[in-house]
Amino acid sequence: MSSIPTSAEAMGAAHEAPALLALHALSVHFAGVPVVDAVSLAVRAGECLGVVGESGAGKSLTFLAALGLAPSAAAVSGRARFGATELIGCTERALDALRGRHIGLVFQDPMGALTPHLRIGAQLTEPILRHTGCSRRAARARALELLEQVRLAAPARCLQQYPHELSGGMRQRVLLAIALSCDPQLLILDEPTTALDVTIQAQILALLAHIKRERRLGLVLVTHDFAALAGLADRVAVMRAGRVIETGSAAQVFHAPRERYTRELLQAAREPAVPGGAPAARGAGAPVLAVEDLTVRYRQRGARRRRGEIVALQAVTVAIAPGESLAVVGESGCGKSTLTRAALRLVGAAHGRIAWLGREVGAWPERRLRALRRDLQLIFQDPLSSLDPRLSVERLVGEPLEIHHGELDAQARATRVAAMLERVGLDPALATRRPHELSGGQCQRVGIARAMILAPRLLVCDEPLSALDVRAQRQIGALLEALRREQGMSVLWVSHDLGAVRRGCERVLVLYQGAMAELAPSEALFSRPLHPYTRALLAAVPVADPDVQPGRLAQVRLTDGEPPPAGGCAFRTRCPQATARCTEQRPPWIEAGAGRWVACHHFERGADGMLRG
Amino acid sequence: MLGYALRRIAGIVPVLLILLTVSFFVIRLAPGGPFAAARALSARTRAELRQRYGLDRPLAVQYAAYLRALAHGDLGRSYSLRDEPVAGLIGAGLPVSAELGAAALALGALSGIALGMAAVLRRGGVIDRALAPLAAVTLALPSFVIGPLLALIVGVWLRWLPVAGWQPDTPRDLVLPAITLALPLIASIARLTRASLLEVLNASYIRTARARGLGRARVLWRHALRPALVPVVSYLGPAATYLVTGSLVVESVFELPGTGRYLVMGAIDRDYTLVMGMVLVYGTLTLLANLGADLLHAWLDPRVRHEAP
Repeated sequence: MSSIPTSAEAMGAAHEAPALLALHALSVHFAGVPVVDAVSLAVRAGECLGVVGESGAGKSLTFLAALGLAPSAAAVSGRARFGATELIGCTERALDALRGRHIGLVFQDPMGALTPHLRIGAQLTEPILRHTGCSRRAARARALELLEQVRLAAPARCLQQYPHELSGGMRQRVLLAIALSCDPQLLILDEPTTALDVTIQAQILALLAHIKRERRLGLVLVTHDFAALAGLADRVAVMRAGRVIETGSAAQVFHAPRERYTRELLQAAREPAVPGGAPAARGAGAPVLAVEDLTVRYRQRGARRRRGEIVALQAVTVAIAPGESLAVVGESGCGKSTLTRAALRLVGAAHGRIAWLGREVGAWPERRLRALRRDLQLIFQDPLSSLDPRLSVERLVGEPLEIHHGELDAQARATRVAAMLERVGLDPALATRRPHELSGGQCQRVGIARAMILAPRLLVCDEPLSALDVRAQRQIGALLEALRREQGMSVLWVSHDLGAVRRGCERVLVLYQGAMAELAPSEALFSRPLHPYTRALLAAVPVADPDVQPGRLAQVRLTDGEPPPAGGCAFRTRCPQATARCTEQRPPWIEAGAGRWVACHHFERGADGMLRG
Repeated sequence: MLGYALRRIAGIVPVLLILLTVSFFVIRLAPGGPFAAARALSARTRAELRQRYGLDRPLAVQYAAYLRALAHGDLGRSYSLRDEPVAGLIGAGLPVSAELGAAALALGALSGIALGMAAVLRRGGVIDRALAPLAAVTLALPSFVIGPLLALIVGVWLRWLPVAGWQPDTPRDLVLPAITLALPLIASIARLTRASLLEVLNASYIRTARARGLGRARVLWRHALRPALVPVVSYLGPAATYLVTGSLVVESVFELPGTGRYLVMGAIDRDYTLVMGMVLVYGTLTLLANLGADLLHAWLDPRVRHEAP
């Protein structure tokens, strides 16, 4: 395997080649308002152009407009040349001959980007049949080959499946395969990893690096996150409010950015989302939330053969002390959300002991729980859909007071709501707005205000940052950390990204497939991760440095292991250190030092009581 | 898919049984009886009649006898229509009604979907702009107004089609009644199709399909149409119910010898056996239509198929 060309080599090669796609003063107006404003960019064969900017910067729309895919209300002007063809004003038929054939596109949101009623095979062979005119058999063979190239575990079975049967990472690989199906000269990827877990993100990025190397095609990578570009982009363009504000080689933009805004974006990508700080004054007394042997099983519905039980959570024991911050980390489907929902008695199928504020509440009826719920509040991943669209910001934030503080009159409520809005950094003028009129970051602030207005003892944050832009992530992360210290409350963070919680949390619990893999004080976990899964999670966190990131990507294993059959260690199919014992026995949950626990056969206590790793 | 269909068909039987049981008792609990409204009958004649039809026995015994006869395929004899077997009446009338209903359903679904698609393909065109007002008018006018209006224009003035009446094996006789019955369906389905297709065309997977260079026609037919038809198919169940009630009026407006009139007649005359026969027929048809809609839905969307209990 050849080594990854450095940015300088790629630049050298790229300069000789003519531009594949050249945008010249491309503008897009909606009802007279410019959303993309005179953008000029060029991509050459064998070169990767990274386009960075926050949502609303017009970066996606620029490329959609160039390819005739902008919404019909958009007025597109300027020029966009692909080879010798002028794309703006070109007929739909001529564009169709290029799209999918010479230009492959992959959009954000792999969950919605595949047609739900067509099998993967049909969707993958469709562009091959249309553009190359080969036989169905040849198209199918080509489809299989493509799925192997994007490292899908079982390509033949995948062809027969429907999109809803695949995970987000698998769907993104399929979309990549579709985009590559006719050997395009140019591949445009719009936020290809944004909706994915960090481990899957690392795999997709590594795959892109591999494809770029093997195929020598032009690559456009549109993203809000500098970290996703590092190691892939040869040149970087930064967009803000519809304009390109800075362009340069990757080395130049990463190491010596000219614009302040670029520096802000870079800094946001380099710092953990949740800032560190002195731990809050640790209150005495019973844990605010404690679960013991918490197990959640779902009965699987479906055709007879597939019916069975899914263990979503397996004997989890953990407690959060007053004032403590605990992070629960793992990939999607690891049970982290199930854990918080079961611990807050929001799912019924839980077994085990649950204690809130020192009281055993596992068997309490919902009516009795209600008064205690005031002290345990939640904020959610999707800020917009977790707010009632018909209520104003003021009503949304005041609603918990109506429920739990009936003694307050409207005047007193309004005063508290106004104070809370100010505290979370929302302009009081927004009080009359409805959620859809707010930005993602503003919606999340409303969610936080709604939870904090009751001054809870515990705030459960279920991926509150993953739907936000990098800068908004840092702002919201800082706000939550400040609130935690002021109020002395406990925080339970749920995240798929270990990097995000690096400094903000005192302890970290790593879950894998519903079971505890490792529990440790944050510092210890980051400096010496014990479980191979924790190490994999850490390795997957992208680093916004073009000198470091290529080496990290080169080490990513490109295939997912199939989920293993029951029994033994759940991680064994992905574990580089797996032995026969890992297949036979489930690893015990053992203490591995002061306050740290791990479930791995590679650590065990010897006869002398010392830990061997 | 086959197992799902079989399970759903088996599920129809208990529903039908509940429907028949409730109808059996409710119609008998309603005031009046089969021979109460008829000309002045002597008390003795009335008692004899009641005895002859078994109406003097306890309700539970009548119910058991009804079920036993039903199990043998015997629907009993009408009280009011000269002792005609109910099965025979249905056998004579149902083909006419079924033909009318099927024609109206096919016409409504096909032209409704076509109109909805046409409106979307030419946004702001004539069809798109005319659709909403025309649909409102069609839905607001009752079929006993539309029917005679059509008969007047097409039958009397233009003399293209017969005004009313029915002869065996003359499909021409069914054209006007079928159009009358289908018009509100066309209106509803066209509007449903338009709204749903507009939404689907904004979906992320449509953009992906276009990005593959598949061409507008293929994107529309292969990627957009099936998901867009889901709400239309969900409407087919209620549409079948509408066809049953709508056919009562349309059959009488166009003097068709269908079964619709028996439902009205049976209910007014308290002709218990006739009513029960009609409940059985229309109940089965409605349930089958709803089942058909669900199966179509499962065909349109693989996720439904996989989640099916």
